[in-house]
Amino acid sequence: MFSIIRSMWLTFLHAFHKRETIQYPEQKVKLPARWRGRIVLTRDPDMGERCVGCYLCAAACPVDCISLQATEDENGRRYPEFFRINFSRCIFCGYCEEACPTYAIQLIPDFEMGEFDRQNLVYEKNDLLINGQGKYPGYNYYKVAGLAIGGKGKGEAENEEQPVDIKSLMP
Amino acid sequence: MATLYIDNQPHEVNSGHNLLEACLSLGLDLPYFCWHPAMGSVGACRQCAIKVYKDENDKKGRLIMSCMEPVTNNQRISVADTEAKEFREEVIGWLMTNHPHDCAVCDEGGSCHLQDMTVMTGHAYRKFRYKKRTHTNQDLGPFINHEMNRCIQCYRCVRFYKDYAGGKDFDVFASRNKVYFGRQEDGVLESEFSGNLAEVCPTGVFTDKTLKQHYTRKWDLTMAPSICQHCSLGCNIIAGERYGSLRMIGNRYHGEVNGYFICDRGRFGYEFVNAPGRVRQPIMNGQVIGRKEVLQEINRLLKEAKVIGIGSPRASIQSNFALKALVGKNNFYHGVSESEHDMAELAIRILKEGPVRTPSLKEVESCDAVFILGEDLTNSSPMLALAVRQAARVQPMNEVAKANIPEWNDAAVREFVQDKNGPFFSATIHDTKLDELASEKYYAAPDDIARLGFAVAHRIDSAVPDVPNYPEELKQLADRIASGLLQSENPVVISGVSSESETVMRAAANVAWALHSKKKKAGLVLTMLECNSLGLAMMGGGKLDGAFNAVLNGHADTAIIMENDLYRHGSFATVDKFLKTCKQVIVLEHTPHATLKKAHVIIPAGTFAESDGMLINNEGRAQRFFQVYESTEVIQESWRWLLNMGINAGNEHMSQWKNFEDITKAIAQEEEFLKGVDTITPPSSFRVAGQRIPREPHRYSGRTAMNANINVSEPKPPEDPDSSLSYTMEGYRGLAPSSMIPFFWSPGWNSVQSVNKYQNEIGASLKGGDPGLRLIEPEPGAVANYFSTVPEVFQPIADHFWLVWTHHIFGSEELSKRSPSVAQRMPQHPYAMINPKDAEQQKVNEGDKISFEVEKHVYVLMVKLNNTIPSGVAALPYGLEGMPSTELPGWGILKR
Repeated sequence: MFSIIRSMWLTFLHAFHKRETIQYPEQKVKLPARWRGRIVLTRDPDMGERCVGCYLCAAACPVDCISLQATEDENGRRYPEFFRINFSRCIFCGYCEEACPTYAIQLIPDFEMGEFDRQNLVYEKNDLLINGQGKYPGYNYYKVAGLAIGGKGKGEAENEEQPVDIKSLMP
Repeated sequence: MATLYIDNQPHEVNSGHNLLEACLSLGLDLPYFCWHPAMGSVGACRQCAIKVYKDENDKKGRLIMSCMEPVTNNQRISVADTEAKEFREEVIGWLMTNHPHDCAVCDEGGSCHLQDMTVMTGHAYRKFRYKKRTHTNQDLGPFINHEMNRCIQCYRCVRFYKDYAGGKDFDVFASRNKVYFGRQEDGVLESEFSGNLAEVCPTGVFTDKTLKQHYTRKWDLTMAPSICQHCSLGCNIIAGERYGSLRMIGNRYHGEVNGYFICDRGRFGYEFVNAPGRVRQPIMNGQVIGRKEVLQEINRLLKEAKVIGIGSPRASIQSNFALKALVGKNNFYHGVSESEHDMAELAIRILKEGPVRTPSLKEVESCDAVFILGEDLTNSSPMLALAVRQAARVQPMNEVAKANIPEWNDAAVREFVQDKNGPFFSATIHDTKLDELASEKYYAAPDDIARLGFAVAHRIDSAVPDVPNYPEELKQLADRIASGLLQSENPVVISGVSSESETVMRAAANVAWALHSKKKKAGLVLTMLECNSLGLAMMGGGKLDGAFNAVLNGHADTAIIMENDLYRHGSFATVDKFLKTCKQVIVLEHTPHATLKKAHVIIPAGTFAESDGMLINNEGRAQRFFQVYESTEVIQESWRWLLNMGINAGNEHMSQWKNFEDITKAIAQEEEFLKGVDTITPPSSFRVAGQRIPREPHRYSGRTAMNANINVSEPKPPEDPDSSLSYTMEGYRGLAPSSMIPFFWSPGWNSVQSVNKYQNEIGASLKGGDPGLRLIEPEPGAVANYFSTVPEVFQPIADHFWLVWTHHIFGSEELSKRSPSVAQRMPQHPYAMINPKDAEQQKVNEGDKISFEVEKHVYVLMVKLNNTIPSGVAALPYGLEGMPSTELPGWGILKR
């Protein structure tokens, strides 16, 4: 008997508690920075495309919803010719982000992607590429990798010596 | 055989192997870099360390490099020993101190031996704190990309390029950690086998430049076993597709044919498949029409016409057979010139009726004497040139065995052999790249080459007629060649069609037969012009001239020409007249050419990548190639188009066939020479555990996104009615039957080195036997019926040149020259190669114009001087773009 009254009392008190329900969409949700939502392609600090078209995200994707084609500019810098994510298949597992060696692909706290037409859930590179570095500021893959690209020759990457002169007789 | 205890387990292993080969043959995972199955060991990388124990009581053991120790009986070793494991991990750490941080942009990634070995040893973090050494790269031409920073100094590239393939323009430079592999300066790699560097290099220093232009990871390719279409040797290849275009060609190991390597024409000639000018739509009188309409129209045309069919030496036997069935036996003509036709038939006769068999490429490698008559192998059949390069080392290698050096101990062997070569004789029209190996070389007109052949054969067996009035000097040459051949055990005689001379081929047969009569295990290799020349010849049919006559005399008015540019095989005027006289010219073709421009109806045929088919190579081996990808609905195999035409026309014979298998069965039943071709691959109903063999690796990506831009609902993957391969990643993951291995992969072995797991033993046949079926074997008890007509000595005529073809690896073959990378390596202009003496007489210099009249046509060509070409002979490049078509050899009248 007592427990019933107690339960009713507690339930009644809840009427005066702070509301957990958010009045979405009038009121926006607060999501942590690591929340795995919409996928974006970011840029490096020089505003160059971070994605180098290595295909690792596509390989890691358990639902195979990423498809791309790598190509190169005249200076040898790789970038994706097209980059397509079929969000109607995406399960937001974040494996692509984990696999990405250049921090290019990132999942951001945005989930407002509802569409009436499923075809609109196919995002091309234009829809994915943002003008920022996302969660990992400061990283620039080509500054680390040994490949020469426009504006960075051999031996100019981090932790590299100048190219050797193979014709030198010095020890 | 020897018993080897590995981690206390006894195993039976080949006693001629080293410990690394023994372990790999048993399927154990032991990392290695510098050892290569075709090139042996040098012990440079220190990666394959294992423990060896004195006896079963020895608990401590000692570390050795397994690739440098021979197998001994009852030996005890350990692969799993902790100390050995740590050592291997440490070694790979050192090898990688300067490896750049660029797997993501490296084309090798995903099929990289270095990645595989790093994972296998467990090395993860760089311990070396200092800066990385860097190198600048070189531009190595259109085939190979150079990224020297990735090098781990295994020396495989230079060992392949210089030692194995005889390249001269590639080497190792500098010392210690500055060691550099490349050319002396930037420039095109000259070797015809440079593409193999991409597979030989365990990491991404040398990669395929054509793949880089449409880069795809190995795991993303749809791959199928295929056969190279660019010469008659029939090398096995793997072709890979992505997003509807062909992306790369890789080597497919075949123990008997191509082994571990293919030539550059085979590897880089594939891009004609993606060429923008390809035939992709049916065209009727200049209008693009649909598939159904074109079939209806053809049905209408064929009903009221007298039809002949012209087959092709570069189309599969299925396509040729379907054409033959459609037009009838008597209306089927070979689309090859008279001399090609006769030479192919002569080759079959020589190989079938004579006592000498034709060896495979692998067997050529182990022949201990070589006699080449009239063939520039490097340019006409490149892989055969690579094989005879190995054959030249066979006799010196006998000394190596006597000195107690194991054959696989490459550094010691090369040191011992130095540049000694076995008996190697070459008689060609002009100089060739193989001359450097030759102990005797002779440059002469084809008839004189044949005369030398007869003279040599006579000296081996006197039953062969001698050459009358032979000059003393040449008599001595013939003596030397004959005695050289007689000192060998299994000599090989090589000739072929590229000199376009039947007498040369007869002379070669005489030499081989004479050697056979002296109880030598002789071999006779006859090369052909195209990938299915022999297959076409085995099917029977009229000559091309017969087809011309049929139309010009009014016996026929409509021609179906299949995958054939008649201008390459007949003389310009005749073909022109023929095509004009035909009321309807129906052409099935994939690649545009001159004949296509004259066609009324053009039907888009599939290339090898879009087709199933079989080819017969120059040794008479029937081999199957599988469709790599399903093309658009309109492009189909020629045989499928012809099948549909036949069914529409109510052809009872053809109405019984539904797919590839039915046609192949019909071939096996009806074609006398092609019995058994239906048995070379498992039937299309073949399943392993109820599953098909997947064309795609299990990590194939993007299948729910690759077509999503067209329609978000994924289409059903195409089904293959012609084979038991599937177009998906689902299916049986274990070893596929040897004839249908779509790609080499094994857990932990993503690179092409995984081929070790597919072999019975390192370097031996594939598990389940090497694929293909040899259709030509000499009849038992056959006796040599020597050819007895010795040709007359070649007599130059004043103001005339005897015109012969000379072949170019890049440019002479019809399809590969459409590939942009190959096109960059072609000779720039058609030319006439003449002797400087003749040039002096005619008062012309290198680069000047010279004009000939052949069959009433005047050809103006650039003069190219060559000291070795005999006086009175001019060599013209075969099949080169802009090269006037004519039937050679023949006299050209000099015009002033």
